[in-house]
Amino acid sequence: MANDMDDMPTVDHRLTTRQMADFVVNGFIRFDALVPPDVNERGIEEMRHLEAERFAPEGLKPPHTGTPLADCYPAPSAIGEYLRLPQIQGIIESFVGTGPTFDHDWTHHIQPHATYMQPLHVDAIIDSRDPNFDVQLFWYPHDVEPGEGGTRFVPGSHLRHVRSSGLDRYQHINGEQQFVGPAGTVVVFHHGLWHAGQPNPGAGDRWMHKVRLNPTQPQVRLWNTVDLDDLQNPPSDHFFARMMPDSVAQAFRTWHPWMSITDYRNEQVQRAKLWRYLTDDDTYDVDHYLTRLESRAELVR
Amino acid sequence: MERQQVLYLWASGSSLDSGTVGWAFHDGTEGAGPQLPDGSPPYPTGVDALTDGWMLLQSSQLIAPVQGDEHVNAYLDFEFVFERRFSIDTRPPERV
Repeated sequence: MANDMDDMPTVDHRLTTRQMADFVVNGFIRFDALVPPDVNERGIEEMRHLEAERFAPEGLKPPHTGTPLADCYPAPSAIGEYLRLPQIQGIIESFVGTGPTFDHDWTHHIQPHATYMQPLHVDAIIDSRDPNFDVQLFWYPHDVEPGEGGTRFVPGSHLRHVRSSGLDRYQHINGEQQFVGPAGTVVVFHHGLWHAGQPNPGAGDRWMHKVRLNPTQPQVRLWNTVDLDDLQNPPSDHFFARMMPDSVAQAFRTWHPWMSITDYRNEQVQRAKLWRYLTDDDTYDVDHYLTRLESRAELVR
Repeated sequence: MERQQVLYLWASGSSLDSGTVGWAFHDGTEGAGPQLPDGSPPYPTGVDALTDGWMLLQSSQLIAPVQGDEHVNAYLDFEFVFERRFSIDTRPPERV
């Protein structure tokens, strides 16, 4: 006799093509209230231990860098429980595949009424020019209300090549955001996204757990691609000629309010290059920028 | 004593009347001088800062992109630095 479970449809928690295109444009994607309340509550307690004991002779330690994620945070662990949620597994798989390795984690704890304002920065050092990328999962285990100084970040900043300290002087940038959201929200950052911790004017402790993951396989078509053919525009898709009305290119035409027109066009080029990698389609283009350059020699022959 | 306030504006183009896309303020008067007007950004353009009394100290040079890097973005290109100065009474209050 067949088990009833055999007849249940399998839920695919991987991202859609539209979500992946938005991630390429913005450098982040958020999932509100995804982690259940009881895991959030235990997560804060575990973060408290990890913060206090990380460098102590004994106590709770983070995984070793390079450990397969599947071997990190063994039970009982609220952090492990959150990372093993099917929805989180689907999100992680969409970006870095089924076998990513642990890079590092950090518990971000801001005391009540803390006034320190972290300067805008990118993590680590300038990355290589290849399109591979890490993701960083930011888990907010409690509500962050407007005015409570949630993480500041600049949408669309992730594909720039900058040194971390060079961003210190940017106190305000048009279109920047500060995280606000309900408990259990997870925000996934491309590793290049500009961000900064903010003061905590509230009366309560603020906690956030960040974990960085490295891919161990090409990041090609790892999401749920059933909608890819419908959204993948041809290389001829061009704002000044003809366009598909609903396409990846339309998403890639998003103009963040802090970008000059040159920045914007360069960003379209960088988005198209990343999309070529993600879709394994080296003809992909938006608004003819890459195709024009690549075909010029052939055209004038 | 004369104290300096410094204003950075980053613009969407190389002209002083291009739209502001970012800003930063450093106050050598420690709050004794006037503050920035309300608004995000405080000045829509650099010219608006001039008309509010700011003096231009420096604007970014226009640098041709390095070959091979023509389509790579990095920092905000168009930076304008302004200052204004105020005389601040730094004497300790007289005893009554």
